[in-house]
Amino acid sequence: MTDELPAAVTAMIGVPRYEQAATFDVERASTYNTCAATQNGNPIYWDDAMANEITGGPIAPPTTLSLWMRPHYWEPGAAGEQVALKVHFDLKELFGLPEAVMTDNTLILYDPVRPGDRISHHQVLKSVSGPKTTKLGSGRFWVIDIEYHNQLHELVGIESYTGFGYRRTETS
Amino acid sequence: MNDRLELGSVAVGDELPELAVDVTPTTVVLGALASRDWRPMHHDYKFATERNGVADIFLNTPNQAAWFERYITDWTGPTGRLGRMTFGMKSSVFPGDRMVFRAAVAATTTDDTGCGWVDLQVTLAVGDRVATTCATRIAIPTNDNDNPWQRRGDQWNP
Repeated sequence: MTDELPAAVTAMIGVPRYEQAATFDVERASTYNTCAATQNGNPIYWDDAMANEITGGPIAPPTTLSLWMRPHYWEPGAAGEQVALKVHFDLKELFGLPEAVMTDNTLILYDPVRPGDRISHHQVLKSVSGPKTTKLGSGRFWVIDIEYHNQLHELVGIESYTGFGYRRTETS
Repeated sequence: MNDRLELGSVAVGDELPELAVDVTPTTVVLGALASRDWRPMHHDYKFATERNGVADIFLNTPNQAAWFERYITDWTGPTGRLGRMTFGMKSSVFPGDRMVFRAAVAATTTDDTGCGWVDLQVTLAVGDRVATTCATRIAIPTNDNDNPWQRRGDQWNP
């Protein structure tokens, strides 16, 4: 594996890709699922009067930002498993790295997401490292930003992921 | 959960109460499905162990974020509004682990718009092993009449 990046990867850096609108609206059932999964009793998610007083009406938990753009596992007409963060999977394929994990993730939160919103986003590859070896195996780190907007084109959040695509080290 | 934490009652070095949670397979799967993360390493033991080479299925990143949110807003109360969270995933959290959340106040500031901010260094540990770090910036009220959730546009600078 050389330090030099393939031209196809270099061409991706800094370019917004996969502009996409969600195929479903933000809805409250997902808020309840998230709160149930984390035993979160914050009244702004459970009590409409509190939500009206504090957040101007119901909102989705801010940390569920990425949820609204995650594709269904299957839908009519789709071939194969649908994946989020397509740039991440593009890089795995371009570098021939079968495995990958996310190592760092930054969320920057702007206007609250509310039930009924329709979210859209695009992905931008920010950087790719040279070859690295960790205890998982050998591969490369990459940073991908995702910018999220609501149907009014208001910025609701930015998410930045550092991924490590790798090939497991063979042990004898 | 606290009712309402205001900036004047927070000091650098303050420690948040610990939160301990025993992780089960249901914790992992419930969290993955709640965050619409269908990847098999979060629900399929054989895939996780044989393909990924890890000990078991493990908590996914968005669900860990939701756990951090719950932990932090338990402390601030519902008027706490998250601005920024940076996660460092050091190792995985598996069923059978007892995850313990701890946090300390690293800074308190008021920005040019009058918004009050608390910077927290939060960890999720399993035994002596820190599995995830989370540097968090959260806005809390500066006085009885303040509500960070009412801020929009150039009044909100996370």
